[in-house]
Amino acid sequence: MRIALFATCLADTLFPEAAKATVRLLERLGHEVVFPSEQTCCGQMHVNTGYQRDALPLVKRYVQTFSPYDVIVAPSGSCVGSIRHQHAMVAAAAGEAGLAARAGDVGARTYELSELLVDVLKVEDVGAYYPHRVTYHPTCHSLRMIRVGDKPLRLLRNVRGLELVELPAAEQCCGFGGTFSVKNAETSAAMLADKMTTIESTGASVCTAGDASCLMHIGGGLRRKDSGVKTVHLAEILAAT
Amino acid sequence: MSAKDVILGRVRAALRDAPAPGPAPRDYRRTFPAADLDVLVDRLVDYKASVRRIPADAVAAVAAEIAGGTVVVPPGLPSSWRPDGALVDDDLPPDRIAAADAVLTAAAIAVAETGTIVLDASPDQGRRIITLLPDVHIVVLHPRQVVASVPEAVARLDPARPLTWISGPSATSDIELNRVEGVHGPRHLHVLLLEP
Amino acid sequence: MTTFLGMPATAPRGVGHLRGDEPFPAAAHKALANDQLRRNLRHATTTIRGKSGRVIAELPDWQELRSAGSAIKADVMSRLPELLEQLEARVTERGGVVHWAADANEANAIVTDLVRQTGSERVIKVKSMATQEIALNEALEAAGIQPVETDLAELIVQLGNDKPSHILVPAIHRNRSEIREIFLAAMPGVDPALTDDPPVLAAAARKYLRETFLSTKVAISGANFGIAETGTLAVVESEGNGRMCLTLPETLITVMGIEKVVPAWQDLEVFLQLLPRASTGERMNPYTTMWTGVTPGDGPQNFHLVLLDNGRSAVLADEAGRSALHCIRCSACLNVCPVYERTGGHAYGSVYPGPIGAVLSPQLTGVEDNASLPFASSLCGACFDACPVKIDIPSILVHLRNRAPHGRIERAAMRAAAYTMDRPKLYARAQRAAKLARIAGRRGRGLPLGWNEARDLPEIPEQTFRDWWASR
Repeated sequence: MRIALFATCLADTLFPEAAKATVRLLERLGHEVVFPSEQTCCGQMHVNTGYQRDALPLVKRYVQTFSPYDVIVAPSGSCVGSIRHQHAMVAAAAGEAGLAARAGDVGARTYELSELLVDVLKVEDVGAYYPHRVTYHPTCHSLRMIRVGDKPLRLLRNVRGLELVELPAAEQCCGFGGTFSVKNAETSAAMLADKMTTIESTGASVCTAGDASCLMHIGGGLRRKDSGVKTVHLAEILAAT
Repeated sequence: MSAKDVILGRVRAALRDAPAPGPAPRDYRRTFPAADLDVLVDRLVDYKASVRRIPADAVAAVAAEIAGGTVVVPPGLPSSWRPDGALVDDDLPPDRIAAADAVLTAAAIAVAETGTIVLDASPDQGRRIITLLPDVHIVVLHPRQVVASVPEAVARLDPARPLTWISGPSATSDIELNRVEGVHGPRHLHVLLLEP
Repeated sequence: MTTFLGMPATAPRGVGHLRGDEPFPAAAHKALANDQLRRNLRHATTTIRGKSGRVIAELPDWQELRSAGSAIKADVMSRLPELLEQLEARVTERGGVVHWAADANEANAIVTDLVRQTGSERVIKVKSMATQEIALNEALEAAGIQPVETDLAELIVQLGNDKPSHILVPAIHRNRSEIREIFLAAMPGVDPALTDDPPVLAAAARKYLRETFLSTKVAISGANFGIAETGTLAVVESEGNGRMCLTLPETLITVMGIEKVVPAWQDLEVFLQLLPRASTGERMNPYTTMWTGVTPGDGPQNFHLVLLDNGRSAVLADEAGRSALHCIRCSACLNVCPVYERTGGHAYGSVYPGPIGAVLSPQLTGVEDNASLPFASSLCGACFDACPVKIDIPSILVHLRNRAPHGRIERAAMRAAAYTMDRPKLYARAQRAAKLARIAGRRGRGLPLGWNEARDLPEIPEQTFRDWWASR
């Protein structure tokens, strides 16, 4: 299958390993991955910070860039959530009904990685090997916006050598919330502290998730307190052999 | 211009372009099997109400035993249920009601799924005040008055009457969000479920 | 009168409790420093989440009930004028008197006058968000009338000279030993041997208020539902203080927000299943009282219903925000909110805290008067899932962020980012420049953003993904 990769601005710039792993994983499974170079950012930061109008060109860009593709994947539940639930709204609010309709169509063809693997490619065992004790943080937008459910866990359970340990209060937000972590830095830090406590309580050496943004937040906190726990994107675990 | 005109004018202006969504879908459960009395009892006990299944001719004696003193009764309570020496509410002053040890009434209906008893101020249940001030409320319930669900209860009740829905004794969740029995209403609820 | 026809109006300034004294982050700073508060909140919200989850799981049709609740409320909003007039007609037919109050000042004046006409110098009150919103107690006190809060949590707040911090449990920020201290210090006639056992504390409130209930001739309540079809009002409660207020006095004055009307008697079958399970996590709350006008010989013989706008019409005017008025005040969104759990309710400034407050308060007052509240959320979405009438709170928050005033520097930065991101070549150059500049300094500690207090920034990689792709 020919799959267009939306790398997301965050993975492209700061966490290229997550996007590279997505490519390697899908190619290993026998699929063709393309990276349309006109892509940049889904515009979620602008929409969620109150700059919906400024996000319009980014929505337009996403829709134009990915319209030619039947299947699009992004290694981020949050960006997919924004694409699916906000793009059409942003276009409609700007009076662009045609764009809104196209955004709806392209959004419906855009999948988060675990959705693509389980729902579209019908694979739960990707042939990965990752000999570590791992806990999974579900991330809010994967869990409650696009509702990936237990798909990431099903994929992780089939990874050879991986010991999956349940994260207590997993459904609780890590406190990132995009610009929330800056505008309400102290409240965000209090949420992060509790998330780190639960992660460390599992005894895992790796905390994984389907969103580089939440992992950046959790990982930044864990590094600051010199915790031994690393954060690794789900794609990197599934790509490992 | 009246405040009413102001408010309605504002609301109409606010809704100028609003769509009319029409009647709500009612896809939730609307038909139910017959009420399960065991469910009712389970729910009542869960609320720390006491439940006894007794024959109708035992009501007066059991009520007297529970009350252990003065029992207020509404004027329309079946006379065979009345304990000896019961105080019939013929417009009793509040302090006399409050001083009674218990109140004994019938009920309009009960809801098994939620463990709720509804009073509708019929003559066998009386004015709302009599079931409020005594510390012990004894309710006589006939199995045919028990419905399974809230929708059935709403359908059976007459909104023109003052209604009191009672689910267990007076309680509060105001201290650390845990339910604690016993604040202003009756602290003890006894349900006498008649044998059919 | 300062209002005029046809313009939806926000709640006036200078009266009521819808505006805080400081922005959310500043208020949260104080709350976050209070470890006892955070322990109390965590304990209470964890308890209620567990209870609520268990009783909701018992209903196989919970989602269908939520959909029906949401749709009934949407129908109400679209037909509000017609339903309010129908409610007024039915209440009047049954011997009640209906008053209309465009804002807090009008409502306070109406209620104060009604109490004065009875000659009573004291009123007993059932917990009511609407009367807290308009600061009715302050207005009554200014008129020489003593308002006595009879709900246990409201009593704790009133005796402690405190502010409510939760919609359902205004004293949620207090634990049992703090409540004991407050009772010992401020409850007249309290037993000095009082313990902090919750049943003992509840019994102390019972004893303290009993005589007041029996001797006060006027009560003031809110309403959970007002049924247009029948003129019936409903108050949902636990302790029996509601029954006392709604049954014993000669005069009952009910203050109800105009959005609380529901079309039909049958609609209660939906809300009476949704509210208790979402709210206190009970299959049914201990007591619900329903009354229609005046019943001769039973209960208050004088009944007044005050219908309150106070900004609701302004909420209604915003297509993307009006569903905030669907709220049935269950507070499930507070109990699941990770922000609320850390900061408590006082940080929100308004009587409506938590996620629903963050969307309702700014709309009632105008966003500029509560500009920090739409940002007081990580948009985690737990509130939307928990809401029994499916209010999409995260989407309304995002919508209100658009209407909130933005700082000049932030605006310029966001514009520049959007400009760059709409130009892939410029964007790629900016990515490389970031790597070279290392503007953040080592581990991000040089960033003036608040982020660096608790977290490192990631190391900037040697190569972006797009450069790697190009080099493949």
